[in-house]
Order: sequence, then C-alpha cells, then structure tokens
Amino acid sequence: MDSYDVPESTPRQCASSRLKDYFIGATPLQKRLESVRKQTSFIPTPPRRKIPQCSQLQEDVDPQKFAFLLHKQWTLYSLTPLYKFSYTNFKEYSKLLNAFIAAEKQKGLAVEVGDDFNIKVIFSTLLGMKGTQRDPEAFLVQILSKSQLPSEHREGKVLWTGWFCCIFGDSLLETVSEDFTCLPLFLANGAETNTAIIGTWFQKTFDCYFRPLAINAFNLSWMAAMWTACKMDHYMATTEFLWSVPCSPQTLDISYAIHPEDAKALWDSVHKTPGEVTQEEVDLFMDCLYSHFHRHFKIHLSATRLVRVSTSVASAHTDGKIKILCHKYLIGVLAYLTELAVFQIE
Amino acid sequence: MSLQRKVKNSQARKRTSQGSNSYQTRLSAWKVTEDLSDSKSISKHGQNNPVEDYEHADDQAEGALQIALTYFEKGPIKTSQSKDKTLEKHLKTVENVAWKNGLAPEGIDILLNVALSGKFGSAVNTRIFKCMIPATLISEDSVITAVSWLCVGKCSGSTKVLFYRWLVAMFDFIDHKEQINLLYGFFFASLQDDALCPYVCHLLYLLTKKENVKPFRVRKLLDLQAKMGMQPHLQALLSLYKFFVPTLISVSLPMRKKIYFKNSENLWKTALLAVRQRNQRLPPEPLKLMLANVHPIKRKWNSHSVIPVLNSGNYSKESGKKGMSLSDYFSSNGSFPLEQLKSFPQLLQNIHCLELPSQMGAVLNNSLLLHYINCVRDESVLLRLYHWLSQTLQEECIWYKVNNYEHGKEFTNFLDTILKAECFLQEGFYSCEAFLYKSLPLWDGLCCRSQFLQLVSWIPFSSFSEVKPLLFDHLSRLFFTSTIYFKCSVLQCLKELLQNWLLWLSMDIHVKSVNSPLETTLGGSMNSVSKLIHYVGWLSTTAMRLENNSTFLLHFILDFYEKVCDIYINYNLPLVVLFPPGVFYPALLSLDSSILNQLCYIMDRYRKNLTAAKKNELVQKTKSEFSFSSKTYQEFNHYLTATVGCLWTSKPFQKGLYIDPKVLEKASVAEYKNSLNLVHHPALLGYAVFFLLQEWPKERKVNMSSIRGKKWNWYLDYLFSEGLQGLKLFIRSSIHRSSVP
Repeated sequence: MDSYDVPESTPRQCASSRLKDYFIGATPLQKRLESVRKQTSFIPTPPRRKIPQCSQLQEDVDPQKFAFLLHKQWTLYSLTPLYKFSYTNFKEYSKLLNAFIAAEKQKGLAVEVGDDFNIKVIFSTLLGMKGTQRDPEAFLVQILSKSQLPSEHREGKVLWTGWFCCIFGDSLLETVSEDFTCLPLFLANGAETNTAIIGTWFQKTFDCYFRPLAINAFNLSWMAAMWTACKMDHYMATTEFLWSVPCSPQTLDISYAIHPEDAKALWDSVHKTPGEVTQEEVDLFMDCLYSHFHRHFKIHLSATRLVRVSTSVASAHTDGKIKILCHKYLIGVLAYLTELAVFQIE
Repeated sequence: MSLQRKVKNSQARKRTSQGSNSYQTRLSAWKVTEDLSDSKSISKHGQNNPVEDYEHADDQAEGALQIALTYFEKGPIKTSQSKDKTLEKHLKTVENVAWKNGLAPEGIDILLNVALSGKFGSAVNTRIFKCMIPATLISEDSVITAVSWLCVGKCSGSTKVLFYRWLVAMFDFIDHKEQINLLYGFFFASLQDDALCPYVCHLLYLLTKKENVKPFRVRKLLDLQAKMGMQPHLQALLSLYKFFVPTLISVSLPMRKKIYFKNSENLWKTALLAVRQRNQRLPPEPLKLMLANVHPIKRKWNSHSVIPVLNSGNYSKESGKKGMSLSDYFSSNGSFPLEQLKSFPQLLQNIHCLELPSQMGAVLNNSLLLHYINCVRDESVLLRLYHWLSQTLQEECIWYKVNNYEHGKEFTNFLDTILKAECFLQEGFYSCEAFLYKSLPLWDGLCCRSQFLQLVSWIPFSSFSEVKPLLFDHLSRLFFTSTIYFKCSVLQCLKELLQNWLLWLSMDIHVKSVNSPLETTLGGSMNSVSKLIHYVGWLSTTAMRLENNSTFLLHFILDFYEKVCDIYINYNLPLVVLFPPGVFYPALLSLDSSILNQLCYIMDRYRKNLTAAKKNELVQKTKSEFSFSSKTYQEFNHYLTATVGCLWTSKPFQKGLYIDPKVLEKASVAEYKNSLNLVHHPALLGYAVFFLLQEWPKERKVNMSSIRGKKWNWYLDYLFSEGLQGLKLFIRSSIHRSSVP
C-alpha cells in the first residue's frame, strides 16, 4: 500500500497560523470542539495526577459537616451544564419538583403546584464543597416522606438523596458562558425510579442531560493506586479487588483481598515521584498484583476484567457506583470523579 | 344559484372586513384572508365547472332550499293540517342539499337559530343538526348567536349536547375564533353539567390559549377531577393547562396512547371528509400535536421520545427572576409563545421576543426554529443544543454500548432527523463532528452506514490536517478492509463533503472579504481543501489496485473528480488539483466507453478551468499569491498529450512511459501504436464495428482501417450521436481538426 504523503499543494500559500486562530475562535462553542479534538487525539487521561491530599476543603468548613455523605452507596451520573439555574430559587424549585413528583407518582391525576403532598422536597447548598474558588457551589436535593403524626417526627424519613458538585472543574468552566452552571458530577442514593423522575425534571427545567457514569477498568486501576497511596491514620477496611471472568453459564468472579498495610508497602516500593502518581507507577502496581496472583494460582488476571476496587478511602464499581469512607479524602475522590464526568460530557 | 352567489358575496365582504379589522390585533390574520380568497376561488370554480345539464337541476334545488329555509325561519303555520308533511318535505330538501354540497354560511346561521330556539321538537332538531354541514366555512357570528340561545334555556339537554358535538366537529370550519374565545368563561362554567362536561372539555381543549389558563380555573378543574375521578377528557384539558403554565399545575399522562375524547365527529364523519376535500387546505390546528406526541415506547428516564417535545421555557425563565408571584406569570406578556408559532412571517415579526423551548433539542423537529437557530447569535442557544445533541448521540449510539442493539431502528431514525436538519440548514452541527471523533474508531462500517457516512459529509469546514488523525485515518482503515460497495459509498460521501466545503468557502469569501484579512485565511482554506482532494486521490489509487481496476469503482472516483475539476469556475475559488496517474491511466485505457467519456469530460473541464485561471493571471498582472505552479500546467499537458495520443493521433505514450518491446511482443500487440485511436481503442471498438455494419451493411468484411478521411468524420458524428458528449466536448476544444488522419 502506498504511504500517504501529500504532494506539494497547488497554491503556493501554505497554511497560516491565522487559520488556526480562526478555527480556535473565541466562542465557547468553538472552544468546546477544540477541547474535544484534544481529548480525542491524545491519551484520554493525563499520565500523572496528584495524590489526594489531606482535606482540601476550605479552612472554615468542618469536614464532619459532610459526614452524612459518607458510607452510602452513590450512583454516578455526568451532567451537562444547567441553563439558567439559580441558587436563589430553591424554594420555587422545591415547590415545582414536589408537584412534578406527585404527578408522576399518580399518573394521569393532575396536581396543583404548591399543594400539600405526602412528600417533601428540600434543596440546599453544600457550602464549601469545592476545589477552587471558581468551582460553583455544590447543592443537595432530598426527598423526605412526611410522617402521619407531625408532632412525633418533624422531619420524615429520607427517601432519596442526590447532590450535584464540581471539584476542580476548570476545563469545563472555561468553555461555557455565564448563563450556565457547571456541576458535571451528580450522585444519587435511593430508588432508581425516583432518580429518573427527578432527573427528568432537571432535564426539562434546565435543559441539561444526565448520563450514567460508568468507570472502566483503566480508571479503576488509577483509583486503586491513588487511594492506596493516601496516608491513613488507621485503616477501616481491607483493600479488595474484584475481577470478572466472562464465561457461561455464569460469570466467575475473582476476589483478591490484601491487608491495607501490605498494599501500601507495595505501593511505596513502586512509587518514585513524591506527591504524584504516574501512569507507569499505576501499571507497575497492578502488574505486581497480577504476578503475585499468578505465582499462587496460575491465573493471568490481566486477561480478566477489573470490576471493583475497595480501599479504606473509598470503593468503586465499574457500574458507576461509589462509596466514600474517609472524610479526609472526600474532595480528592470527588475531584477524580469530576474529571471523569467532564470527560464524558465532552 | 343566484341566491347562493349573493349570500357568498355578502359573506365574503363581511369576512374580508373582519379580516382587515383583526389584522391589527392578530398577526396571523394574513392567513385567514388567504384562506378566504382560497375558499372564494374554490366556490367560483365550483360554479363555473358543472356541465350545462346540471345547472338547471341545481337551480331548482337552490330554489327549493330557499323556500325550505324560509319555512324554517318563519316557523310552521300553526293551523295548517299538513304541517307534518310540509315539515318533512322541507327537511328532506335541506338534508339533500346539505349532504350533497353543504350549506352556505347564511343557511347554517338560519338553521342554528331554528334548532336552538326550540320551535320544533328535539327529533327535528337532531335531524337539523345532523345536516348542518358547511359548504366551505361557518361564520363566527352564527356561533355567537347560537351560544346566546343556550342562555335562554329553550332547548333540551340533548340538543345542547348535540350542539357542542357539532361545534367540536365543525371547529376547523369556523372562520374566526377570537369572539368565541371571549366566551371562554361561559363554556368553562358549562363544565358543571355532567352530561355536557366531556364535550365542553373537548371544545375548551380546542379553544384554550395561554391567557385562558388562570389559577381559579385550575382549581375548578381539580375539584371536578376530585369529584369525577380520572376522566380522560379532564386529563387532556388539565395536561393542556400544564403545557401552557407548568408553574401552576403538574400532571403526567400515561405512556400508553389512548383516546382522550369520545369521538364527537362520528355523526358527520363522511360529510367532514367531503368538506375538507372541498376546502383542500385548512388553517393548521394548533394543539392536537401535543397528545399525538405520546409514544408507546418505554424508555429509561421516562422521556417519551429521543427528541424532546416542543415546550416553551416557562420554568427557568420566569423563576429565574427574583420574587415572581403567580400573577406575574400572566401580566408579563412581552414574549411570543412557541405554541402559536406557525408560519415564517410570524417568526420574522417575533424573532426578537420568541420564547425559546425549554429543551433546545426540540428544534430538530421544527423547521421554523431551525431557521431561528441558523441566524441566532446567542451562544447559549447553540451551546444548549450542542450539549443535548452530543450527549444524546452518545447515549443512543448502538455500537457505543454493548447490548444496545434493540434500539437500532430508533437510532437510525434519530440520525435521519439530524441529517434532515443539517440538510435544511446546509450546515453541520459541531456536536455531530465531536460524535464522529468518538464513535468512528468503534464503528464496524455496517451499522447505519448510509446515515453515518452522511454525517461525515456534513462535517463543518475545518483544517484537514487537524481532522485527519481524528477521522480520516480511521475511515481509511475501514475503507481498505471493506467491500467495493463500502468503498463506493465512502467516495460518494467524500464527494459530498468536498461540495459542502466548497459551497461554504465560496459563500464565506463573499461575506468575509469586507473586514477580514482574506488572503491569509483563504490560503489556509485552499490548502485544507487540496489536502482533502489529495487524500481522496490516495484512497482512489490504492482502491483501484485492490479492486482490480473495477469499472464500478472508477465511476465513483471520476464522479469525485468531476467536482474537483470545476472548482475554479464553479465556486470561484483559486484551486486546481489534478487526478493522480493511478486514476488517469486506468480511466484512459478502460474497456468501458462511459468511463472514457467521463474522463474526456473531466479533461475538458480541467482545460477550461486552467485556461480561465491563466487568463485572470494575465489580466491582473500583479503576481497573485494564488498563481498555480507551472507543475500543474505541465502535468495537465502531459495528460492531455496522452489522451490525444490514445484517441486521435495513434501516438500514445511518446514521452515519460517506456514499455519494453519484448513485453509487447509477448502480449502480441507489437503494433500497439495503431491500436489506440478512436477506432481501435478497446472502449470504442464496438462502436466502430456497429458504425461500419450500419453504414455499409453489404460489405462482407469489416475493415476497421477503412475509417479514415471522410469516413472518420462520419464516424465522429456517429459517436457523438451515441451520447458520448464528453468525448465531443473534448475533441471540439482540444483537437484542431486540420489534421484528420
């Protein structure tokens, strides 16, 4: 086959740098496309990342404030920027969403906005949940059931929780105009039917788009490495990996648990650049685990698929489910998830 | 006939005056007057057409009808003994005319008054209602008068029901609805009546405008719902209210499509069909759309279809303002609701205050809004569309995720919708380009092939070298490993891509030339286009070898070059790129005469383009930076010599090509030189034989070499008459006929 080379082009004029300026133009839309081109043409993830530091929250924010977000399983979604969203309208939004949910629950029966229903919707900001000052404020939506006896429990049971955040979302923020609020990461806990109803309301109201955020094996290994690298005062859980072997009639799962201190020791042995994790280190770390396993069981784990990683910092499943265990590294974990979400919406 | 004409004329005058009055208040009035002129011309047409014989009969019927109507209007003479008989006779007359031709507005006016005034029993009223079929239109005034009769309370409940059913069925034929809409409150109050409720609901459904939706009405409807339970007709009206003012009310209709209104039209079904045919075109029905959008497919995130329903952006815009109270929703009426947007003039008049859809993706299904998108400068509109489209494409794409193949048909339809929009705008969407970057590496070349390749052809113009690694490298991999049919489709799509780029550039030059440094940008642009052409040249050369010089493939390649050769003249862009030898020689020596013909055509066009370019250069004197390199001219001259050598002078390949005589000997074409001219060229040999057989059928031996001199000229004419127009153009322009061999 001929090698592809362009003969001297007919006009003598060559591509000028002006052309490039022209194409990279200043409009947000062109910036978007440019960033997609970059994303697609290069390796999707940068070859090095920071190890999550001890709490990166603003100093005046008590990390314990977010304790209720820990130890819960969250389903991850990516979310395109919200159009004309306003933090000052939470009351209005909760009224509208409340009526919308009520109407969806009793299909076909109309309900009045502002009516009294047996559920309550609360919008609230998660003040301080951000990576940089530029990141927009995170916010929380909760669905509570109203108890029948109002005197007993003021606040009913929490039926569903979802929150929207953006941690170090600079790359996305640059490409949108001021009418938009960028909160690319959405986490939900509760019945999926509720998530669907609430998501639909957001999509209709703020012209945004939710997509489930799956985590592929490549990113799971990064999580494993980064989270193992985190300094812990005491370990709460063993480090565990789950691989899936596709075979019929049932898939075979291989679970691989390591004492967290051993995992840390292994990491320290492959780790060179202080404060950073590189692609080579991640590969080396995983290869060590593979060869160790192979020595004992004669199974090449590299031929299977990594589906879950659990550490004392957090655990993540390839389906896009995450549980954060350690409040110290909450922001660090969310920063990586934000990065994945931003990548998905580009 | 005369009466009818009179009635019609007066009616028409009245209507026209109404039309001009309301023009000040209603922007859509132009539409109404247009309809009027239509209906007039139709009725005139109807009068002139009938054959003479029928005219007499018609006149008779007309007279009878007139008498009957007068009878009904005056009321029965009480003492008459033959009352029943007369009544029966007149009713029959009216029925006959009505079912055959329909009734004029005036006739309907009379009958409505009769039916609702309680002059006759309800059996007669029923018969009157059943035959109240308009010839063309119904006057709004008649309806208003009829409603006033309802207040008098002279008619029975069943007649009232019949009236509402009739009104709903004939709603489309009422000439105006403004006055009727003023009676909204009256109709709304009639909901109380249980028997009337379903029909009144239907009428309100047709009548409701955004300004009719008020909190107290919402509450009233909800009370009714509480009393009567989930009634389909109430559901429909409530969901319409929600559609207009979602901040007041929320309702979600079941996914399954069902009938919301008992069919009120049943009684008049066939008659309505006839009227519609008579009227041919109707004012568009505003709101039936909404319920028609309910699709039965169950989808995740319970959206009814991939593309969102068109809906004004009520929530976000209004709740974006601080401290809005409910009453504010009605007082602020500066914007133009999308639901009323039906025509292009309306769009033009309201383009500054258009309420945009709450989900921008909805514009894909609305050509008027696509116009808007096309000229809008607001980046946020485009960004919303960008995000929605790129996410939806990825989410719906069937080869993106495993096990997603069940939605294949849906994805194909979605792509078709996008392509339709792109074609309409004559412009590609950025989101589609981004989607191609991501999905092309994963594409198998089979799924939605036609749609996917069309998406490629709509890639917005950009720097080729930048896009190549993202797109064209993946495409060439697929190209080389796929069937000949795939190769042809790819070439076809690249031809369309080239055409779109050229059109875009040729438009852009005229727009940009005023204020931008044209030369630099244009130079880069031309470079990008020429790289695209070279890329296709490379694909073609390799493909020709892979497919053994297939004629079929060559056709597609030459189609591409038919675009390329005319860039300078057709698009006024300073670019001439020749085809590579790997395309030229197989085409020149092809066994297929149509290929040869196409090649000659392209050669001729190249010549014309290059000549024009040279001429311009001489005229301008100053050395333009787009002067073509002498290499291009040399290359063309080389091709030209070869072509002339093969077709005319029998001296092919004098320069630049050396064939070992031994090889020729082996192939037993040592005399190859004489084997290549218009007579002996393998693609034309058949023509030569036919020519000889046709002209000299008696000759026992076909002697090819006899075609010379005068015969050569006749042979040429024969070839041209056989449709080889490309050849004709080429010979006319490139060969000086002084030397006939």
